[in-house]
Amino acid sequence: MALTARRPVWMERPSIPTQLLKTIVLLAIVVLMVFPFLSMVAVSFASAADVLRGGLVLWPAHPTGIAYESILRGGIVVRALLVSVGITVVGTALSMGLTTTMAYGLTRTRDVPGSRLALLLALGTLLFSAGIIPNYLLVKSLHLLNTYWAVILPGAVSAFNLVVIRQFFMGIPHELIESARLDGANDLQILLRIVLPLSKAVLAVISLFYAVGYWNDFFNALLYLNDASMWPVQLVLRQYVLQGTPLGDVQLNPLLGQPPPPQSFQMAVVVLGTLPILLVYPLLQRYFTKGVLTGAIKG
Amino acid sequence: MAVGRAATAGRVERARRAGTLRARMWRERWMYLLFLPGLAYVVLFRYAPLIGNVIAFQDYSPYLGFTDSAWVGLRNFADLLTDADVGAALVNTLVISGLQLVLFFPAPIALALLLNSLMTDAVRRAIQSVIYLPHFIGWVIVVSIWQQVLGGDGFVNQLLRSQGMHTVNVMANPDLFKPLMVAQDIWKEVGWGTIIFLAALTAIDVSLYEAAAIDGATWWRRLRHVTLPGISGVVVLLLILRLGGILTVGFEQILLQQPNVGARAGQVLDTFVYFRGVVGGDWGLGAAVGLLKGALGTLLVVGANWAVKRLGQEGVF
Repeated sequence: MALTARRPVWMERPSIPTQLLKTIVLLAIVVLMVFPFLSMVAVSFASAADVLRGGLVLWPAHPTGIAYESILRGGIVVRALLVSVGITVVGTALSMGLTTTMAYGLTRTRDVPGSRLALLLALGTLLFSAGIIPNYLLVKSLHLLNTYWAVILPGAVSAFNLVVIRQFFMGIPHELIESARLDGANDLQILLRIVLPLSKAVLAVISLFYAVGYWNDFFNALLYLNDASMWPVQLVLRQYVLQGTPLGDVQLNPLLGQPPPPQSFQMAVVVLGTLPILLVYPLLQRYFTKGVLTGAIKG
Repeated sequence: MAVGRAATAGRVERARRAGTLRARMWRERWMYLLFLPGLAYVVLFRYAPLIGNVIAFQDYSPYLGFTDSAWVGLRNFADLLTDADVGAALVNTLVISGLQLVLFFPAPIALALLLNSLMTDAVRRAIQSVIYLPHFIGWVIVVSIWQQVLGGDGFVNQLLRSQGMHTVNVMANPDLFKPLMVAQDIWKEVGWGTIIFLAALTAIDVSLYEAAAIDGATWWRRLRHVTLPGISGVVVLLLILRLGGILTVGFEQILLQQPNVGARAGQVLDTFVYFRGVVGGDWGLGAAVGLLKGALGTLLVVGANWAVKRLGQEGVF
């Protein structure tokens, strides 16, 4: 793509020092944002010799995938990754189901008696949160402690996401919906056949918001899951990388030679915990430039 | 045909608001079917837990539950006034909030102005795609990779050591804890934060710049008299909302890192509730702090929204 400058005629050309300064500042920002990720990947591929040599592991001299091999051989990390995938998939599906149906059900507050009150109740949740202990007591009294529902349900509907989707639904031309109604469609059919297909962009963005939330969550798991064998990957990461507790069951294959250094092992787990986000990010990014997100953030 | 159809649709719409309440509700049964599951969820998971706040007035024991635990009136609230840790947590919260206001709040505005001044769209888009990324990375991973760069055995210290210099563990220094939290916030959210300001900047009428330039205004005067007034509405809105959230500072972020520096330097109100209430088993006191913080926080948010409306801006609620 050609680099098309769009400087209007009335604007003076910035001086060389200004341009230089701008470039340096922006370059510094980009480097600061990217560097930790690069360092993470580099260390995860470092061999024991690289780490022992000390100094910079910015690019390992003897890259090795041994850390990944021993992780993917099975054990805690693989199980935790699968748990996280399961929570994310089920949670996102549930969140989207509840949020989209509710958002559509609340689009005609003038027609549907009681729906204005329902909308106000949902919006009210933007103003307060019951707090950690009351939420814990609720989950406990519903007998959900130590079940995966305890990490899925507390965050299943976000009022913010509800408002964004509802706002989008309200923008769909009335005539489309009313003529479907004249053809005998009920509201469920209208939602499924007309409204949802017209809302793909906003649904994609909100699904990804929910999915990223479930994937990144560790606190609900920390609070509600006592059994470490149920933990999602973020909580295993906290235990292993941040608190330095060794992973008991990592199987080292003697045929693989020298065991991987702990740092590269830790960073390999971090890479695996980040990978799904890095994979969906480009998909999400397509929508940043479209109005969806700007409207969404303004609320 | 299309006109006729639209007219019929209008009639249908009017007809839908006619009839007895019962008839109207029956006619809209599908709408109820659609929103009631969500509503039930909101009531059960957002409103029902509020009842749990009663344990703020109890000497709660998980074995007895809140039906059988002893009532102690306001004793938990009296305790929290004299508990040194509560005071420290409040001070830490307010100091971090203050630092955020001074250091974090202006950062996305400045970055948005800088990005907006770029003339090449492709370059700007490339930079945007990099700086939005950290927003989507969870705190466990953010802290892990910061540790990898700045921790005791991290990249920077290895560099210092190889040069024969003193090493500093930024990640475990109580004095640096608060600025570190703000620095991490900036790293994670500055890019994402530019979105709303960039939208406001794009909305400014180009003819204003043109007219100003023709009248001989330099870039500084155009910034001062066109750009800044153009985004001041959004800036004030976000500033007031930030003030409304002054008692809430990054809970997950601090929960993960507070153990590195100890409670004196790193405890904030939310982590106090977790560490003292849930982990320490001091449920009543934890709930009292949580209730007070929640009530004050709601008042602040409502007050902030009221203030926004008073200033002639569209409020959030």
